[in-house]
Amino acid sequence: MKFSFSGEQEEFRSNLRRFLTDRAPTKEVRRLMETDVGWEGAGWRALNAELGLTAVRIPEAYGGHGFGFGEHCIVLEEMGRSLLCAPYFATTVLAAGAILNAGTEGQKQALLPGIASGDTIATLASTEASGSWEAAATTLTATPSGASYRLNGHKSFVLDGHTADLIVVLARAPGTTGEAGLSFFTVAGHAAGLSRRALKVMDPTRKLARLEFQDVEASLLGEADAAAAPFNRTMTEAAVCLANEMVGGAERLREDALAYAMMRMQFGRPIASFQSMKHKQADMLLEVELAKSAAYYAAAALDDGDADVAATASLAKACASDTYMQTAIHAIQIHGGIGFTWDNDTHLWFKRAKSSEVLFGDASHHRELMMRNWAA
Amino acid sequence: MSENTEASVRAEVRAWLEANWNPELGLVEWRNKLVDSGWGVPHWPKAWYGRELSAGLIPVVDEEFQRIGAIGVAKAGIRTLAAATILAHGTDLQKEKFLRRSLTGEDTWCQLFSEPGSGSDVAGAVTRAELRGNQWVVNGQKVWTTSAHHAHWGLLLARTDWDKAKHKGLSYFIIDMHQPGVTVQPLRQMNGHASFNQVFLTDALVQPEFLVADVGDGWAVTTTTLMHERRGADSLRSWAMGSDRPGRAYDEERAEIATTMEPYKWYPQRAGRVDLILPRARETGAIDDPVMRQEIAKLLVMSKSAEWTARRARTAQEQGRPQGPEGSLGKLVSSYIARAAARLHTQMSGANAMLTGEDSPMGGVIAEIFVSVPATSIAGGTDEIQRNIIAERVLKMPREPSVDTIKPFRDVPRNVVA
Repeated sequence: MKFSFSGEQEEFRSNLRRFLTDRAPTKEVRRLMETDVGWEGAGWRALNAELGLTAVRIPEAYGGHGFGFGEHCIVLEEMGRSLLCAPYFATTVLAAGAILNAGTEGQKQALLPGIASGDTIATLASTEASGSWEAAATTLTATPSGASYRLNGHKSFVLDGHTADLIVVLARAPGTTGEAGLSFFTVAGHAAGLSRRALKVMDPTRKLARLEFQDVEASLLGEADAAAAPFNRTMTEAAVCLANEMVGGAERLREDALAYAMMRMQFGRPIASFQSMKHKQADMLLEVELAKSAAYYAAAALDDGDADVAATASLAKACASDTYMQTAIHAIQIHGGIGFTWDNDTHLWFKRAKSSEVLFGDASHHRELMMRNWAA
Repeated sequence: MSENTEASVRAEVRAWLEANWNPELGLVEWRNKLVDSGWGVPHWPKAWYGRELSAGLIPVVDEEFQRIGAIGVAKAGIRTLAAATILAHGTDLQKEKFLRRSLTGEDTWCQLFSEPGSGSDVAGAVTRAELRGNQWVVNGQKVWTTSAHHAHWGLLLARTDWDKAKHKGLSYFIIDMHQPGVTVQPLRQMNGHASFNQVFLTDALVQPEFLVADVGDGWAVTTTTLMHERRGADSLRSWAMGSDRPGRAYDEERAEIATTMEPYKWYPQRAGRVDLILPRARETGAIDDPVMRQEIAKLLVMSKSAEWTARRARTAQEQGRPQGPEGSLGKLVSSYIARAAARLHTQMSGANAMLTGEDSPMGGVIAEIFVSVPATSIAGGTDEIQRNIIAERVLKMPREPSVDTIKPFRDVPRNVVA
């Protein structure tokens, strides 16, 4: 297990931070978050043309760079820090992850190069209106129809679901329950019978959609009735990737709150000189550093093929969830009145902290998953 | 030394150990050989028992000692701090008199810094040392002194000038503990153990040549001692394991460890015994309670992520990279872990948490956790002081306006000590 980043990784991170500082300042975040789409083709293309970010973890055999979760999570941490508005998580973590975990060799050859090049925007539609993150909660059905399948039902909380070109859908064979009878399918974003609606989101930097399926034609991805295991694996990866994205945001909040406390004068001295501020900042640093350690460890555990990785992923997600939200609450408080205004940027991360806390299961959910792994 | 490589150092120390290590030697006899060879403290100067080896090569030497099972110089207790401080600030006479006997373990030391009126604020010491004729005469009271009852020498911080500002009026002495003016009394803690002492100094005498550095430089010297104290906490833990091999030197080392570690026997409980959380949860059925499961998981998340944070800090250190903020957080997070663990342990014990000793869970271990954990957030720098240190040194937040360092110490308000 590695406990440090290599020189190359550190250099990759600093290049990335410079790029994102330049391309995704909060002014740009605010402009894009006000749009229905939530991102723009020009910015997305620059991300891939200049830095090849969508290709990072896709194997070279499918047109990618073949790096591990270590590098992929550096990208996500930096994006979480800058709040970049792009369908990156949905495309590279969720959709590419499901295809890599479930797809046949031929399907990987067909689908992944488009994702690696940035030409395909993709997502995973697994959650439904019940809000459950478990595969077993799936109700959307897939019925064989000639060489393909027909999907009926709905999906909700689908990340960038209203704009994706390619949607990986988790569905079940009619009459099955639990984790049996589950399969992955791919559906084109513009498929007939698919209606998509952007949901009104509290965190406008993370767009969610509700999808209605009426006899939508779909292709089976991977093996029929065997999607539970690759889905759970994809969720483990997603939890680790999101935890890394979250610690990037939490650290940014902590740093911004510190910078504000250092320059804000009250009672004739910087508020940073008051012990109440120092102790809060010390605790914030402690929590953020612990959450970073857990997120980094979990990314390394994925790369190392650690047998205990599901528990580690849940640990990292639980830790990041509590930390990000708590850090955001402190950050607003440290800013005082200005922190409650729309013009101050703190609320952008405050809202991202909440959407991230909930996405793929909150801290309590993941603590329970961790306990099931460790204590039965 | 640039000509030293890992391979050359390894070969040299291995050859020396193979030629000289003998577990049937007396411990002091062996350590004297070791001190003469320079392999006992290889990072020290050549003039004083060392080889001026760079820090990166020390683990190689340690590995070779472990490989053959050789015992190192005496590392436990205050003697290591005394040696490091004297090496940095002492006169040749002091080095001559004290260094070797500290390394061999013949001399035992204690630290006389804290006082009833100055805990977190060590520089507020009011024990006074006055030069009368050719002797320093010391009067005052020290507290939280480990091993004072069997120490030969004490590292003493005392005030020598009341008209100077707080930090400028202090001096640092080496005091002979075996004299009529020094009275040692055990200090009983809330957990019933007495691991520390109170030391009463009544016209105690210090020879002038045992002043360390100059009069008025005591705070700088104290800072050196405290810095080594923080660094040393880890090595102490690994050293205390001892060896179960046969041989006279091993027997004598085991006896040394038993004496030195006696005050620390409740320390595992002080840290909260996270290792017992899951076994106790299964035993008590707490594992099936959804609320308790959440609380247990919160603790495990914190203790695991703290462990990985420590590994990050250690890895940076090993790679010779500047440590990030992660290196300064261990003390504070260990308080949070200990407190959460103590709470869970008593919660899981239910009504039995009202009992202690052999009537209580695990023969009193759980009860001892509860009454020992409060020390974690106080000893060695309270949580509040730790947060100040993190805020001021790591985050560079400004210090509070100072009211105690800008006037003669005589005029600074302080505690009245009975």
